[in-house]
Amino acid sequence: MKPQPIALKVLNVVSVLLFLAALCIVFLYAPLEATMNYVQKIFYFHIANAWVGMLGFIAAAVAGVVYLVKHDQKWDIVEQAAVEISLVFFFIAIAAGSIWARPTWGTYWTWDPRLTTAAILEMVYIAYLLLRQGIDDPDRRARFSAVYTLVGAISVPITFMSIRLFRTIHPVVIGTNATTSQGSFDMTSKMLVTMFFALFTFSVIFVNLFWHRIRLGQLAQQVEQLKLEESQ
Amino acid sequence: MSNRQKTGKNKPASSFLGAVGAIVWKDLAAELRSRELLSAMLVFALLVILIFNFALELDPLTRRVATPGILWVTFAFAGTLGLNRSMAVEKDRGCLDGLLLAPVDRSAIYFGKTVSNLAFMLIVEVVVLPVYSVLYNTNLFNPGLIVVILLGSIGYVAVGTLLSSMAVQTRTRDVLLPILLFPVVIPILIAAVKASSGFLQGLGWTDVMPYINLLIVYDVIFTALAYMVFDYVVEE
Repeated sequence: MKPQPIALKVLNVVSVLLFLAALCIVFLYAPLEATMNYVQKIFYFHIANAWVGMLGFIAAAVAGVVYLVKHDQKWDIVEQAAVEISLVFFFIAIAAGSIWARPTWGTYWTWDPRLTTAAILEMVYIAYLLLRQGIDDPDRRARFSAVYTLVGAISVPITFMSIRLFRTIHPVVIGTNATTSQGSFDMTSKMLVTMFFALFTFSVIFVNLFWHRIRLGQLAQQVEQLKLEESQ
Repeated sequence: MSNRQKTGKNKPASSFLGAVGAIVWKDLAAELRSRELLSAMLVFALLVILIFNFALELDPLTRRVATPGILWVTFAFAGTLGLNRSMAVEKDRGCLDGLLLAPVDRSAIYFGKTVSNLAFMLIVEVVVLPVYSVLYNTNLFNPGLIVVILLGSIGYVAVGTLLSSMAVQTRTRDVLLPILLFPVVIPILIAAVKASSGFLQGLGWTDVMPYINLLIVYDVIFTALAYMVFDYVVEE
């Protein structure tokens, strides 16, 4: 087994340091929000996680297209890594959002377009993983996964638009549109700095995890090949 | 890619439309003799409607709100049943390999299967609508609703045929199709339910147009996507 490259080791340390710095900035530097108080602190991590989830979603779609064009197994590994990371980060974003929503909106969940789309995206990812699980042949698995990533990447934005259309024409019932505006707040410049720092930190963490996951995928591929040679 | 190039260079023995027509004809003829797919879909669809009757206590007031939802859930469920079966038959008896050997463009196979799946789905819908109208004393004969059902079914079958040809080639084939299909057809279901309920409540075309447009956009995008990627799904 190859040891981790030096750049990756450096990135590990940088990620941890940045994360600690982000924690300090969020809790010590950023001012308290007037009405939501400490609860609002979760916003910085909520938005950063959602951002990383989006990065993963885009990376997976691009890797899927590249795989279909080039037929190179390495893009399949990239695509799977992106999907898995995106799945986890979107889940954290949804969970953090729910924790934030409970005290501000008075409910853990509303069927707002963004929330619903995030939930449907998670379902697409879970279906993706189930699809991969059901296929043994690596070549076919890679082809089907890439096709499904593409179908998902196109349908999820349409889902978002259609739910939005659904909500705008839909009359405002108690607790839907009325509450979404609640919990919005004017950001001071210190808050903006904190938000961008959190976004940057999580982007670095994303790159770090992405690299690790791709490396893991390559190692898994080597193991698979060794097993194949053994059995022959 | 290699296969696509190969089929591109060799001149197809028959025209594209001829190939599509042949596949549709084959499916319809086989179905006319066995009737196993359509009867299963129909019985299933009627059962779903019956179950909804008990699950939702369909009094006249609830019916007004729930009818479009019930119809589309029924079509979606019966649709998966048909899609799964129609591809499983091809796979089981080695028919798909035969089709792939034929000197025609691969996308002709996709379009052939899509058209025959669409035909099955429309037949089921043509039977379900009057039965629903009679059982629940609701008038469903509305030209707008028929357009919505046609557009919705096209989109559903366009994605469904692509995904079912993937699902039948996996180990978990019997359970996989709905899991793959439902998260990605949600735009169809949203738009179709909203448009249907609009027409059933007597709204005009202008009010329902955003949803009709959404259905058309979805149909065009996904038919084009399936046309482009079907090669990768059946490639051996």
